[in-house]
This record gives sequence, structure tokens and C-alpha cells, in this order.
Amino acid sequence: MSTSAPVIARRPKTAEPRPRSRLTQLGVFRSEWTKLYSLRSTRYALLATVVMTIGFGLIASAVTVSRWATMSVADKATFNPLTTSLVGVRFGILAIGVLGVLLMTGEYTTGMIRATMTAVPKRLPVLWGKTGVYALVALLVSVPSAFIAFFAGQAILSGQHLQIAFSQAGVAGAVIGAAGYLTLTGLLAMGLGAILRSTAGGIATFAGVMFVIPPLVEILPSSVANSIAPYLPSNAGDAMMQIGHHANSLSPGAGLAVLAGYVALVIAAAAMLLVKRDV
Amino acid sequence: MIEAHNLTKCYGEKTAVDDLTFTVKPGIITGFLGPNGSGKSTTMRLIIGLDAPSAGDVTVDGKRYRDYPAPLHEVGVLLEARSVHTGRSAYHHLLALAQTHGISRSRVRELISLVGLDEVAHKRAGQFSLGMGQRLGIAAALLGDPEVLILDEPINGLDPEGIRWIRELLKGLAAEGRTVFLSSHLMSEMALTADHLIIIGRGRLIRDVGLADFVDEWSRNVVRVRSPQAVELRDLILGPDVRVSSEEPGVLDVEGLTADQIGDAAAEHGLTLHELTPEKVSLEEAFMDLTHEESEYRGSTPTNHDLAGIDRQERIAA
Repeated sequence: MSTSAPVIARRPKTAEPRPRSRLTQLGVFRSEWTKLYSLRSTRYALLATVVMTIGFGLIASAVTVSRWATMSVADKATFNPLTTSLVGVRFGILAIGVLGVLLMTGEYTTGMIRATMTAVPKRLPVLWGKTGVYALVALLVSVPSAFIAFFAGQAILSGQHLQIAFSQAGVAGAVIGAAGYLTLTGLLAMGLGAILRSTAGGIATFAGVMFVIPPLVEILPSSVANSIAPYLPSNAGDAMMQIGHHANSLSPGAGLAVLAGYVALVIAAAAMLLVKRDV
Repeated sequence: MIEAHNLTKCYGEKTAVDDLTFTVKPGIITGFLGPNGSGKSTTMRLIIGLDAPSAGDVTVDGKRYRDYPAPLHEVGVLLEARSVHTGRSAYHHLLALAQTHGISRSRVRELISLVGLDEVAHKRAGQFSLGMGQRLGIAAALLGDPEVLILDEPINGLDPEGIRWIRELLKGLAAEGRTVFLSSHLMSEMALTADHLIIIGRGRLIRDVGLADFVDEWSRNVVRVRSPQAVELRDLILGPDVRVSSEEPGVLDVEGLTADQIGDAAAEHGLTLHELTPEKVSLEEAFMDLTHEESEYRGSTPTNHDLAGIDRQERIAA
């Protein structure tokens, strides 16, 4: 490591101050984009999201096709080609959620947050920057994933003529809803990470909310469960991937509203704490 | 210029920074000196708003740090605690910070060269040695070409060449009229680098003094005397301006008289001397004395801080 002479190229003190750049929200967006793509963990987690979302849909479709002849009448009655091809989304949310948590908690566990908040001492632009960049990246990853999962799944299902057409009413909305579910879940996890600041705590809370609480609610007496369950974030997200309104489930639009509401709530809490707490 | 007024920070019951008032002036290097855990790092975090003060306030050139439209151009900071994502390369770390302010990529590359990290710029920062991490932190501090530099223990982990390099860099920056505020727990380092000293202990201000004055004040001559008649000798030489202390029987440490004066006095009264050695109190010892005194007095008479202060003034005057 060689050391150059302690000379810094800079304006002479006597000269007019050169026009200087300043801190802007756009600059913070750029910065957060650089931070996101320059980490290896981001690429792995996004790849995992794609693989799980598409992969599990393909597996579920292939299994159905191969077992169709021997399946019971009851199983055949509940079979839904749309849900089968999009079943991977329920696994994809785990990967996109873990990444959401890590994007925030990674700053705290490594100490990067001190550099970040020194550059942006008003702090909130960082939260907006991260939210905006991650929303965009999550959409760019989950929209193609959902479409590929749907069309590949239907292609497999067509082997037994079980497919559903994209043109059928509500199908396009459900596929886009699947991508929205993934994206909103990523943002929800990011907000939890910002509140909890710890990777273990963030991932545990996220997994608890999405994967542990739903089966626990099912244990409750059905009258209670039926009135709570549809409003859980996971079930609200599931509703976004369905066509129309099912029993004990929200409509796709209501599901979107509920899940988006949770995301807004968590990010608002994160914003309040970010301003209030010491870094 | 950094101005702190009655700056206080408590974490629960513990007071990390206790009613600090000081000014860090431009054009010179100000050393921020105190033992580990005395509140130096906390004070620096308060200046840049990472922590909110419990009481008092601190401004940089008259404004709070977070109120600047371009904070990185105003203040450059190197914190003692690592502030780099271990999975990101040095280049991307600096680029991400630069982009918040629209600072160019060429400026990022310029700084990587300046701190001598060209060869490792695309390695993950987690693989950096302590010295390389420190250089990266210095590059981040200089990114915005700031008017004020705040560096927490910048020589930590640097090799001798690196230490000399940063010393000269800081002197150059101060000579350009910038404000340089530099913390250390090593008096010897400060004696070589700083022009002015702010010394704290347990979060409280102990001294705010020019380096030259501090040196004058503390470089008292002490003469070490060994004599079989130490007690007689002590009684003989004690006077209003003379202090005599003894750490072991037969050995005296005399302040206020030269070796010649002590030797002559002994000869005049027929006292035997086995050793007569002039010694200098090092600045390091002076600093230890000061901060140690602070904690001792506060330990025994916690409510009588003012008294301790008076006593110290007297000792210094003596």
C-alpha cells in the first residue's frame, strides 16, 4: 500500500467557491441503488425469490398433471389452475422478506448506518430512498417471476387440459396481484427491519407474522378465526392472487388495501423511530 | 468552528458527556484528549447529530450539522467505530456516500488514490486490515472537501508511515484555514500534532489550553536525590516554592530546585548524596496526573468538584 504525498486537489482558498453539489432526495435514491446492487447478498436473495416463485409453481403443476388420473373427486373439485401455478409466491415472500430485513439491519449490524446518517443527517430521506429503490427492484423481479410462473405452469397443466386462459376475467389481475403481494411483503419486512434493527429479530418477526400466526389463528374457534384470518397480512396477500371473492377471504382489491395498509403503518412507525432514536 | 454549550448526554443513569462547553477554532489542529471512556466519541457523535444531546447544544459554523444543505461539504467525519458495510467494496462504499450529494465518481477515485487504496478498491471492506479500514474512513471524511474535520482516534491501526502521513495531511488542512478536531488518548501523539488541547475526563472538561502553554506549565524540573540522610536533606531544602515527595525511603523527588542548588546545599551542611539526577516530567505523565486526579477527587468527594478544581489550580500555580 503506497502512500502518496499529503496533497489534495482542491480549490485555492482565495478563489471564488466553486458551485458545490448538495444533498438531494434524488442523490439519496442513487446512493441506495448503489448500496443495493453492490452487495452479493442482494443478488442471491433476488435470485432465490425468482427460483422459488417460478420453481414451486412448476413443481406443483407437474405433480398435479402426473397424478390427475388417480386423484380423488374431492381433490379434483378443489383444484384451481391459477393458484397451483402461483403457489411459489408463498415461498418467494420468504426470500424477498429476508432481503427486505437485511437491507435495513445490515446497516446497523455493520455500522454502515453511522456513515449513512452522517451523509444524510435528516435521516428520513434514507428511509424513503431505501423504500423507493426496494419497491422498484422488487417489482422488476416479481412481475416477470409471476408471469413466468403463470404461463409455464399453465403450459404444464395443458398436458391434461387443466389450464386456465390469461384472457379469462380476473386472471391478469391475479397474476399482477401475485407480484404486488411479493413486493409489498418485501417492503413490510424492510419496515420491520428498520424498527427492530437486528437481523435475527427482524427475520424472526417477519417469519412469525407471515408463517406462524396464520396456522395459530386457524386453531381458534372458527367463528373467531373466520373474522380475524382474512385480515392477516399473509391471507390478505393471498386474496390478491385470486379471482373474485371467496368464502372467509377478502376480495383482491380489499386484500391489496389491507396489505398496503400494514406496509404503510409499519413504515410510518419506522420513520417515527428513525427520527427519534439515536443512531 | 465548532461550538459546544453545556453539552450533556446521558444514557439512562450514566452521564457520558457532562456539561461540556468549548470552542474548536479554525486554522489550527485541536486535540481532544481523554482516557478511554471519557466521552470523546460521544461528543463527536453529538456534533454530527448521530445522538441527540440530553441538554445543551452544539453547532458547526453557527448552525446545527443537520441543518446544512450539503453536510458532507461542511464536515468530514471519521468515527472510531467502524462505519462500513463489510460486504461492500471500498469503491462502492465511497460512491454511495458521494452520490447522496452528487459528488462525482472521479472525486471518489481521486480519494482512493490519495489514501493509497487503489489496489484493494474493489475488494470487500470486510477483508481490510485495521489500517486499510482507517484509510477508507479518512477517504470518506475528505470526500466532500469539508471545512471542518472531526477525526476520532485517526492513527489507530496505522503504521508509522501512515501516522506521519495523516499528521502532515491534517497540518496541511489546518494551514488552509480549516477546522481540525482530532481525538486521542495518547498525549505523546497530541504533542506532535495539536496546537490546542481540550482535555476531558469522565465527560467533564478538565483543561482547554494551548499546547505551548500546557507544555510550559507541566514541564517542571524534578530532581531525583538518593541520600542516606534523606530526611535531614528534605528539611533543609523545603521552602515555599519547593515540593518534595518520596516514593521509597532514602529517595526524594524534588521540584523547584536545580540539581546544582541541591548539591550545593547538601555539601554546605555535610550531607552525603548517592545520586542526583535531573528528570523531566513527560507530558504523558502530566496528562495521566490530570485525568487521574479528576477521577480520584470525584471518587472521594463526589459533591466537591469545585474544591478539586481549586486544588488543581493551586498545584499548577505552585
